[in-house]
Amino acid sequence: MTEESMDIDMSMPTNTVEEFLRMERMPHIWCPGCGIGTTVNCFAHALETSGLDLKKVSIVSGIGCTGRVAGYLKLDSFHTTHGRALPFATGLKLANPDLKVVVYSGDGDLTAIGGNHFIHAARRNVDMTVILINNFIYGMTGGQVAPTTPIGATASTTPYGNFEEPFNLPYLAESCGAVYVARWTAYHVRHATKAIKDALRKRGFSFVEILAPCPTLYSRRNRLGDGLDQMKFYRDNSEVKNDADTKTVGLSFQGKVIVGKFVDKDKPTYLDSMNAFYAQKFGDKYSPYKG
Amino acid sequence: MKADPKGVMAGAFFIDGDHACAEGAIAAGCRFVAGYPITPSTEVVERIAERFPLIGGMFIQMEDEIASSIAIQGAVWGGKKAMTVTSGPGFSLMMEHIGLAAMTETPCVFVDVQRGGPSTGLPTLPGQGDMMQARWGSHGDYGIIALCPNSPQESFDLTIKAFNLAEQYRIPVLLMLDECVGHMTERVVVPPAEEIEITPRRYWEGPKEGFLLFKAAPDRVPPMVKAGDGFNVHVTGLTHDERGYPVMTAPAQEKLVRRLVDKIRLNSEAIIEYREDQTAGADIVIVSYGITSRVAIPAIEQARREGAKVGHLRLITAWPFPAKRIRELSGHVSCFVVPEINYGQMVREVERCVAGRTRVERVSHGGGSVHNPKDIYAKIMSCGKEERR
Ligand SMILES: Cc1ncc(C[n+]2csc(CCOP(=O)(O)OP(=O)(O)O)c2C)c(N)n1
Ligand code: SF4
Ligand SMILES: [Mg+2]
Repeated sequence: MTEESMDIDMSMPTNTVEEFLRMERMPHIWCPGCGIGTTVNCFAHALETSGLDLKKVSIVSGIGCTGRVAGYLKLDSFHTTHGRALPFATGLKLANPDLKVVVYSGDGDLTAIGGNHFIHAARRNVDMTVILINNFIYGMTGGQVAPTTPIGATASTTPYGNFEEPFNLPYLAESCGAVYVARWTAYHVRHATKAIKDALRKRGFSFVEILAPCPTLYSRRNRLGDGLDQMKFYRDNSEVKNDADTKTVGLSFQGKVIVGKFVDKDKPTYLDSMNAFYAQKFGDKYSPYKG
Repeated sequence: MKADPKGVMAGAFFIDGDHACAEGAIAAGCRFVAGYPITPSTEVVERIAERFPLIGGMFIQMEDEIASSIAIQGAVWGGKKAMTVTSGPGFSLMMEHIGLAAMTETPCVFVDVQRGGPSTGLPTLPGQGDMMQARWGSHGDYGIIALCPNSPQESFDLTIKAFNLAEQYRIPVLLMLDECVGHMTERVVVPPAEEIEITPRRYWEGPKEGFLLFKAAPDRVPPMVKAGDGFNVHVTGLTHDERGYPVMTAPAQEKLVRRLVDKIRLNSEAIIEYREDQTAGADIVIVSYGITSRVAIPAIEQARREGAKVGHLRLITAWPFPAKRIRELSGHVSCFVVPEINYGQMVREVERCVAGRTRVERVSHGGGSVHNPKDIYAKIMSCGKEERR
């Protein structure tokens, strides 16, 4: 994909995102150089150009540094419990299918404590967009190992280095049933913005992983410099490979990062399937569930 | 407000307490149920799963009880009345989300059909060992309401009441059945919809401008809205101000948590419900709830035939507990007898209220069956003897 082919005008002044934020809550809690704020900027731009009725957009987070995202967005926003954003979002979406439901949370939140919910939400193909900020670490609690920490990286609970195999998240999402899967980094703001916008427009379980620096805990402990150094690393070591086989996009410690849109397919959503199934079963007696 | 006739299956039926609970939920306007199968509660969701597709309801079997207990909260913010259903092990998994519902003031209903515990315990046999967990199971302080039906009819009636109280106080309400009440089949009368009183959600009707999601009315209950109405609400389990924004200070904690506790404590007279039988002038009062309140009756009647002045106080709300009434009774009662299918839970409340003024005797039973009424009778008679001495 060339930059020209993208329909996002990045020349607009960045403060246009202010109308999407709860400015009265600024300053935010994130550290200088943290990548989470960059991704929120991408998200706000994606919303701005998505054409969505913002009244109907709800954002749901779990707990963590990324979990604080919900609280800064001027949307109906739900900051739930650690790991449980997805089942909350499932209830919200199924209660009112007119809502566009976005889950925005951390790697630990969505794939460690929330891993079971992740695989089931993807399997059911509940219509929602999941934005996962992967900083390879538990930020909020002080830099403990996560299911995404690369082998060899250290964390506060793996002081000698991590030896557990990490998740390859795009592969996990695809195998569980996600209809849209992309990975970008906080360096790739235009691509990430476009991916979020595509994901928001997709019907079904769409998943965007964004790698983001956590300079305070992950970079410092692993002697990777500050947030800027990590951004440079992403610039120099990312390879765009759209449609790459997700099996091949696993990450290693400071190794090559495959980014791109890996999956984009159509499949009936949970509610499509339910309505079609019951319509066949009950005939005229059944009126399609609309919430 | 009257019930929506669409869901109400008016008539007289022979159904068990679990099915009656499902019918009560439907009559109350519940249209979202999330659950995970567990004996002896599964019949509730089975009935819901059968009934919902044709009345516009949404039932989803989630991946576990943690998911179920928060999916219902998402559904409530999406505009539904919602409930989840479980038994001991699942109830334990739901504790964090009872706290979330209390903190975010999300009206919803949790049903626990109690079995023998701890752990996997006695999956198919009765217990009443979750009563303190119902009160204190989630960390931190919060007010809670828990109801204890003792028959399928009451399972129907109190499920409706549970939904109504949840809306009235913006709170999770716990319906504490036990395996016996859940599985016993009796006549249940479902009244026509126009005879069923429903408490509607307390939706904000004022202007959007200046609306505060956690600014309480004089009864300490704030108004509700739902997602998609353009209020841009923020709902968090963190300590928050009236806007719903996190505030990490002791004064903010005091203001919010004090209100969460007070909204039940100061409204408790209106919430508390119990039944009394011959307590005026009684020497001995049995305090019981759920199935045990029925097992106690032959024991009470036998003792009365033998001249003992025995009263019976049956808890309908276990929480809040009728502390004032127990204190009053302790003025003339010489002994309270508290049979429960546990080793002493609600009896601690009786002891607390009596504060040493009179005797309190427990009739404990570990679970797996109901009491033999003879054991309750023997305890009544032994109290009587002590007193005569
Ligand atoms: C049930 C429960 N267990 C543990 C915690 C503590 N906790 C809060 S955030 C977090 C990890 C967050 O990591 P991640 O999801 O990667 O988010 P990040 O802070 O890195 O953005 C943990 C373990 C909690 N809040 N709740
Ligand atoms: S600890 Fe890491 S993830 Fe959390 S705000 Fe700081 S830099 Fe960001
Ligand atoms: Mg993280």
